[in-house]
Amino acid sequence: MNPPASTPAKETSLKAQAVTTQQKQQLSAKQLAILSARLRIDVLDMIFEAQSGHPGSSFSCLDLLSYIWFNRLSHDVKNPEWPERDRFVMSKGHGAPAYYAVLMEAGYIPKSELNTLRKINSNLQGHPASKYIKGCDVSTGSLGQGLSMGTGMALGHRLDNIPARVFVLMGDGECQEGNVWEAVLSAAHHKTSRVTAIVDRNKLQIDGDTEKIKALGEMAPKFAAFGWNTLEIDGHNFDEMKEAIEQADVWAEESDRPTVIIANTVKGKGVSFMENVAGWHGKAPNKEQYDEARTELVANLERLEKEGK
Amino acid sequence: MTAVIDLERPELKALRNQFGDTLAELGATNPNIVVLDADLACSTQTKRFADKFPDRFFNQGISEQDLVNTAAGLATTGKIPFISTFALFASGKGWDQIRNSVCYSGLNVKICPTHSGLSLGEDGASHQSIEDIALMRVIPGMTVVVPSDSVETDHMIRWAAEYYGPVYVRLVRPNCPVIHDKATYKFLPGQIRVEREGKDITLVGTGETVYHALLAAKHLSEQHGIEAEVLNCAFIKPLDVETLVTSAKKTGKVLTVESHQVYAGLGGAVCEALSEHAPTPVKRLGTQDRFGQSGTAETLFREYGIDAEAITDAAVKWLKRS
Repeated sequence: MNPPASTPAKETSLKAQAVTTQQKQQLSAKQLAILSARLRIDVLDMIFEAQSGHPGSSFSCLDLLSYIWFNRLSHDVKNPEWPERDRFVMSKGHGAPAYYAVLMEAGYIPKSELNTLRKINSNLQGHPASKYIKGCDVSTGSLGQGLSMGTGMALGHRLDNIPARVFVLMGDGECQEGNVWEAVLSAAHHKTSRVTAIVDRNKLQIDGDTEKIKALGEMAPKFAAFGWNTLEIDGHNFDEMKEAIEQADVWAEESDRPTVIIANTVKGKGVSFMENVAGWHGKAPNKEQYDEARTELVANLERLEKEGK
Repeated sequence: MTAVIDLERPELKALRNQFGDTLAELGATNPNIVVLDADLACSTQTKRFADKFPDRFFNQGISEQDLVNTAAGLATTGKIPFISTFALFASGKGWDQIRNSVCYSGLNVKICPTHSGLSLGEDGASHQSIEDIALMRVIPGMTVVVPSDSVETDHMIRWAAEYYGPVYVRLVRPNCPVIHDKATYKFLPGQIRVEREGKDITLVGTGETVYHALLAAKHLSEQHGIEAEVLNCAFIKPLDVETLVTSAKKTGKVLTVESHQVYAGLGGAVCEALSEHAPTPVKRLGTQDRFGQSGTAETLFREYGIDAEAITDAAVKWLKRS
């Protein structure tokens, strides 16, 4: 982890939310691993049933989504519009299957809709559409747009003295979009320290290696140069996620800079033949591949459950 | 109804000044109104709001994509964001953001750019939006409005603040003739305004061109014995088909005038509606698939054939030939 930027501590009387979050029932790393292993099967089932979707991009960010939604966000499924809720923006909208799996687990989407992904008149559009999904504030899919929206949310919260946090999940390839860097400048300028961007750094995009398509290089120093606090973690390690999010929470109140967490991930994580293969960015498995992938995911889940006992 | 003004020597007022003043007034009573600009606050006059409510004003710098999306984020927290910059940059550089973030999410964002059309003037074609009505009109759920003078601008901005949903309000740079009496003007949301009644031809204007249509109608009557009906199409979308069809059936000839491409703007919208509901011959004045250029607003309106003289000529030619 990089050291925090030396910014003066901010006077704040708005710690209540942070306390609430800390008091929330936290899942252990093992519990999160089991949960994610189970949700990976849902993601695979959804994409196989749809015969369309982005398995590689969903699997790379699923562990991050699990941690954010089940261990960090303050939200209320019975009152999705609760004004003081923390916000989450799925800027990499093509990770929708992973997002939907998490929202189903959280109770925002009925599990019965699992087999409707990408089908006509479904709530589960190929990319998240806020008008169909509770718990989803903005539609995404056209890349590069989430961070600006997250910053706008934080500005709204500031005007209303709501100490809510805003988490924006972005893809690494997405950071080739100009709008991302406009937003990186804006968030630093407006000192929206309660914004935390998480970059799913799986190093692959549709056409191949991010470094060969348009090199992103070391991402943390780029954000740091724009005035952000930066952290870098293994995006499949729940202990590192916990440490990073807790640090970001401290900076949210005590620094005047937004924070980025560069999460190094594996595209296709969990299905051996999909891992680190760009071709699995946005392709559904055939029956044979599906059976092979499911066997591996189920075996992994059973192994984790056995270890957990 | 005949406008109660001297069309030959009208009082001039800038729509953008009115926009800034109305925003600043609304800001005092509606704490949810926030304003965002992209480094043109002194030109768009959002500065008038910013000076009074600095906490509710966000200058996003020269970043139109960020401008639109930040407003989208603010709207999700219950704010009513009004955003402004030049029309070309709002509608062009921010188009994907307006479509996907604002309209597809159904967010309550008001996009109110100034400096639309040719009358931006001397800066030339790189800054003159002659495509923005078309670009905004095709987005599902977007409302597109174009006020014709400062009186209508005041009402339009107040209406937009009350209406829930995305609205594109097209404003212009120059001082424009005041064609409505502030005391008696009644705002008609969603309706075409019949500014002048006539029987020989229907002139349809939007925004600045409504004045030119009215002046042309006066000259047509005085010099050629032609009585033109003048429609003020302030709401381009949704379009008041009923009023348009009624007038078209009465006169049998419809001439549209816009500071915009003749494709997919006012002329396009009128043709779509009439061909479906009451096929009527239409002629469209506007930029004829040609970029703008530097010049004064007056010389540009002359060169591109959308001023009162050009409208008069077109109407006379059409009526004399038929």
